[in-house]
Amino acid sequence: MEKNTPLIEVRNLQKYFATPRGMLHAVDNVSFAIDKGQTLGVVGESGCGKSTLGRTIIHLHESTGGQIFFAGEDITHVSAARVRQLREEMQIIFQDPYSSLDPRCTVEQTIQEPLRLCRKYNADEIRLRTQELMELVGIDRRMMHAYPHELDGGRRQRVVIARALAVDPKFIVCDEPVSALDVSIQAQVLNLLSDLQEQYGLTYMFVTHDMSVVRHISDHICVMYLGQAVEKSASRELFQKPLHPYTKALLSVVPSTDIDRPRNRDLVLQGELVSPIDPKPGCRFAARCPYAGAGCEQPQQLEEVLPGHFVSCCRIRAINRDLLGEAT
Amino acid sequence: MESENREAQNLLEVKNLFVEYTSNEEVVKAVNGVSFALRRGETLGLVGETGAGKTTIAKAILRILPDPPARVPGGEIFFDGADLRRLSEKEMRAIRGRRISMIFQDPMTALNPVLTVGRQIAEAVKVHRRCSWAQAEAEGRKSLELVGIPAERFSEYPHQFSGGMKQRVVIAIALACSPDLLIADEPTTALDVTIQAQVLNLIYRLQQQNRMAMILITHDLGIVAETCDKVAVVYAGEIVEYGTLRQIFKTPAHPYTVGLFGAIPSLTGDVGRLHNIDGMPCDPTHLPVGCKFAPRCRFAADACRQKDGVPLRDLGEGHLCACCRAGAAKEGD
Repeated sequence: MEKNTPLIEVRNLQKYFATPRGMLHAVDNVSFAIDKGQTLGVVGESGCGKSTLGRTIIHLHESTGGQIFFAGEDITHVSAARVRQLREEMQIIFQDPYSSLDPRCTVEQTIQEPLRLCRKYNADEIRLRTQELMELVGIDRRMMHAYPHELDGGRRQRVVIARALAVDPKFIVCDEPVSALDVSIQAQVLNLLSDLQEQYGLTYMFVTHDMSVVRHISDHICVMYLGQAVEKSASRELFQKPLHPYTKALLSVVPSTDIDRPRNRDLVLQGELVSPIDPKPGCRFAARCPYAGAGCEQPQQLEEVLPGHFVSCCRIRAINRDLLGEAT
Repeated sequence: MESENREAQNLLEVKNLFVEYTSNEEVVKAVNGVSFALRRGETLGLVGETGAGKTTIAKAILRILPDPPARVPGGEIFFDGADLRRLSEKEMRAIRGRRISMIFQDPMTALNPVLTVGRQIAEAVKVHRRCSWAQAEAEGRKSLELVGIPAERFSEYPHQFSGGMKQRVVIAIALACSPDLLIADEPTTALDVTIQAQVLNLIYRLQQQNRMAMILITHDLGIVAETCDKVAVVYAGEIVEYGTLRQIFKTPAHPYTVGLFGAIPSLTGDVGRLHNIDGMPCDPTHLPVGCKFAPRCRFAADACRQKDGVPLRDLGEGHLCACCRAGAAKEGD
């Protein structure tokens, strides 16, 4: 593996689902790369394909088109046996710790399952490793024989994290891991994920709809709308200079705890997401976009408008004259 | 002159309210001596985490708690001068939906799937006004348009609407009789942010029109900042801090409130680590003696564990805080 090969890279990834009413374009031509030890935040509203994207990368869904690379290796089409091996490198933490744990397995059994399945450890090692993992994620040893229903949401999510870490993965898809938790518990889990990343050099793809969480945890952010990436940049840059009209709208409506910030009651998007089934070729956001005009009915390309800052909007220069200079 | 008096009076006054649930011989003390007041046109935010007792307080006001298991062992609830707890069930029915309405958290389950949305809005009107179905439906169409849904969709069923639209229908039902008080229980939690903004704007606009008072129940401090005049922070069934929006957001005094603010990732500043609150919310069947937050509190001292609990005290200008070490949290940072 070359030194600067990204750990995860996807090129023009597509995932379509056949539905009775037509092809549902859940993920459409999404490309990005994540370097080792970095976190990519993927944000968007429900139905924008962010979860499907994460699941397709780790082969929970078979991709429709495009390529997926893991540490330089093309893993788009690999054998079932290889997928099994890859699962030791790539894990996922699901949103809802209430439904992603088997109600009939104790904490110990849940954490041990991946250790048994990978067939690398003997019984003593498994026992030792389970204790290590529980300590690592902060679950008391007395909880070892507890069932999920005896645990609260925060502890359950810790168990899910311990299970994901059991086989020493390099890459973890975190699919809304804190949305089901109360804020005080959410902060504990976010801190835990940051600590683990630092300690083990983990690479995360963090899927969420919460703008403040994504800003906190991510190095880079990809904003999705109806299956497509509309804006991609470093985290700080995105919040300072949102360029795409959708990103601007999204950031303007996030309720802020700053009570001196003027209340914005005008820049609210009208309408709702249109259907992702057999979408028209043009910009999918155009129907709700206050700046829509000529050119928006054409397919949009992701374009690097500032260094490292990609936007998919043909009118981007007209909309952001102040930041991008005059239209050329 | 008389109308001015009416404005100045409290529309709602809750005094020393207690609610318990009994299950498997265990008593869950869900609400423990909560008091607050609300004037016309004002919005009070009830903030707290899951299980803090926010929704129970709301349901106790409307007297829609299931009894058993719920019981209200003490407290008074005055609404426009009348003690709601002493009213007959018939009198109470005349108030529910007419003078006090509630928006429930989940629009997907709050609507009846086998009735058209129009019928469900008209029903609210028909029940409270002596009018024909035709008149009620005419009113219903108006309230549907008020919440931004074209009247043509009056005869459609809930499953034909998206989540945001369903929540608007629920709001239309709640507002059909122009209530004096609206209780909104997490009205946008199930919605996406852009839709949330639409719904919050809608509620705000309608509230301005009718001088309606509102209790907004939420766990999202951002929403509180954008909509509320007063804030009550609820922990383990008690109000631990109460004040104006500015008092709570600019000078939070209770360690729990301070902790909540520290736990939210910022949209502007940079924080390396979030200041989380240690431990878990306490078990309501075995509440700790004294201050309920003490076991999780970094500033807890012996005084916090006194038997009688910690009363709310005024820190000045109506900013109430139930903490004997109020202020320590700020200085300690």
